[in-house]
Amino acid sequence: MNKILIIFQKEYLTRVKNKTFIISTFLLPILIVTFIGVTAYLASHNTEKTTIVVNDVSGDFANNLKSDTSQVSFVYDNAANADNFAQKGYKAVLIIPKYDSAKKDTIRLVSEKELGLSTQEYVKNQLGSALQKKLFKEKKFDKPSVDSILQTSVTDVYEFNAYKQKEGQIQQSNFWAAYGIGFTSGMVIYITLMIYGMMVMRGVMEEKTNRIAEVMVSSVKPFQMMIGKITGIAAVGLTQFLMWVVLIIVLLSAAGVFLPHETLHQVQQTATNMHGNGSVQAGETASKLDEVTRAFAGTKWILIVFCFLFYFTGGYLFYASLFAAVGSVVNEDAQEAQSLTLPLTMPIILSFVVMTTSIYTPSSGLSVWASIIPFSSPIIMMSRIPFGVPGTVPWWQLGLSMAMLVAGFLFTVWLAGKIYRTGILLYGKKPTWREMLKWALRK
Amino acid sequence: MNVLEVKNLKKYFATQKAVDDISFELKKGSIFGLLGPNGAGKTTLIRMITGIFYPDEGEIYLEGEKFDPNNDALKIGYMPEERGLYKKMKIGDQAVFLSRLKGLSKGDAIASVKEWFIKFEMQSWWNKKIEDLSKGMGQKLQFVITVLHRPKLIILDEPFSGLDPVNANLIKDEIYALAQKGATIIFSTHRMEQVEEICDHIILVNKGKKIVDGSVSGVKQQFKENLFEIGFENASGSLSSPAFTLIGKRDRHIVVKINEGYRSNQVLQFFIQQGVEILSFTELLPSLNDIFIKLVEGTPLARQFQPVMA
Repeated sequence: MNKILIIFQKEYLTRVKNKTFIISTFLLPILIVTFIGVTAYLASHNTEKTTIVVNDVSGDFANNLKSDTSQVSFVYDNAANADNFAQKGYKAVLIIPKYDSAKKDTIRLVSEKELGLSTQEYVKNQLGSALQKKLFKEKKFDKPSVDSILQTSVTDVYEFNAYKQKEGQIQQSNFWAAYGIGFTSGMVIYITLMIYGMMVMRGVMEEKTNRIAEVMVSSVKPFQMMIGKITGIAAVGLTQFLMWVVLIIVLLSAAGVFLPHETLHQVQQTATNMHGNGSVQAGETASKLDEVTRAFAGTKWILIVFCFLFYFTGGYLFYASLFAAVGSVVNEDAQEAQSLTLPLTMPIILSFVVMTTSIYTPSSGLSVWASIIPFSSPIIMMSRIPFGVPGTVPWWQLGLSMAMLVAGFLFTVWLAGKIYRTGILLYGKKPTWREMLKWALRK
Repeated sequence: MNVLEVKNLKKYFATQKAVDDISFELKKGSIFGLLGPNGAGKTTLIRMITGIFYPDEGEIYLEGEKFDPNNDALKIGYMPEERGLYKKMKIGDQAVFLSRLKGLSKGDAIASVKEWFIKFEMQSWWNKKIEDLSKGMGQKLQFVITVLHRPKLIILDEPFSGLDPVNANLIKDEIYALAQKGATIIFSTHRMEQVEEICDHIILVNKGKKIVDGSVSGVKQQFKENLFEIGFENASGSLSSPAFTLIGKRDRHIVVKINEGYRSNQVLQFFIQQGVEILSFTELLPSLNDIFIKLVEGTPLARQFQPVMA
């Protein structure tokens, strides 16, 4: 036990003191916050406007194209053409031919520099709505009234809520909160398994190629060596993860102090505009965000945090020990390692793929079984739990899944210990899966 | 008292008998040579003594008590043939780490590492990394790490490989000093001249079995072929006699093999009667190298590869 602790300390300290660890731990949050900051700055300071001169022979569009104050503005001048717009001081010229129902003419947008997709889209949208306006007028409809009818959503007239029937009580369903928590947890576990699993494997390979393995096993049992390494690296992972969370929170709140409120507001606007293309949608998103905030408040945080730590640790132990076993049998050749890690990375990647669908159908057969089998349960179960225990996930499923994961990692640790014991002292030929299985089954 | 007693030790792998019923004992303070060709089972034998492998059969006693791999690590220092250290770890930290794993407390480990580093003039290495050291320096460090925790039994597998003569001598002297202070040393190698120089007791292992066991001079006596070298002032007359067979002749020296039933004095008498002025008369003992080759040659050259433990 004491020796495991010494190895744990060594594995932990050498990694935490490593320059790469320190740099990546501090750099990533700074990068994220800087990215957000730069986006905010650009969004609020991007005052360069594109002025487009419109040559509208038909007269159908004149004064019906709305200028977007921050991006595009339209000026009307039928004397402007593709040859002289630059001399007149415009960025681009929009040439609209006379409307002829018999043939399909081309509207040309000519510029010296590439205008960008968003500007093109904006111009197209404006042309579309101007055209609609003209057509409505011809058919004697009033465009604003038609627009308001078309944009009427049921939530303008009624309140809409999804409820869950649970033990006679009816609860408000909070899909988006559950989705957000579930997806994030699953994603974090997925990344952890991959990165730290590989780190364990490389650590073991290093011991083997540096020929320190035999020096070590004369003082400690290979099993102690393996457990010390796995737990040490787990602690490194948790440390880094916690540091990131803390740093991002600190930096963001610091940014909140230094950046003016309008800028932050602008960021929010930009973010919403990425999804919707109008102020109506922004309003909707805002109310949805409000819903989500309320829903987050109703989440059972203690259960979720406990389950997250459980599946994080369990999943890590399950896979890291297998990665250690693989590390113990390969030699310097990275190619060899790759072919042996494939059977380990495949189920992890597959779990992630399954999660992207199971999160929409947390009660389907696939989701239930994938959340019970230990190969995929750390990722899938974490994506289901936020939807409600014992609602979406009955207690028996959670219990079975946890028991299976514990049994699973005890099994993989035992199996890996057997392979590791033999593999770590073996140089030369790479063993086959069959040989490794034989080592594992030997007493 | 015997520091180590090995009784009927056996370890069979699926494809061969790696160690097949080997017994021997080691006296305190002795330097013991474990010899054998590649694949003879030396490494397997050592791995059982260090607790890396469990024997299939047989017993190991350390200082009179049954060997317990979990708690006896502190008593043994092992420098394997396949050796190395963490490349990126500071040398001082590494030495402390490894001796703590043996069972020293942190304070003792640090004190001991400092003491040895001073002794070998390695104080300036503490904050360096292995990758900054030359191969010879690395070997020296490896030796220090092996003996840091003052083990009673020190097992060295090819300890001089990669060392220049100066550092080899430094370590050789240290081996003598450790033996003098009461440590027992097992020395495994193919380099017979080193064994003759250092060891007082050897065993030779081939194909998993012990084939020779004894002191260096005893073994030489056991395998001597009654060869003598005689030096003359003047070589005249007949050199043939029923007492000996002439093996070689060069300049004023001849090598003779004394025939069965005759003694060395009879040979001398013969030459004296011939009126030959004898300058020297020396018994030629076989070198360990000769004995080794003689015993091992002819046996199908063992296992070319490390045993696959399947």
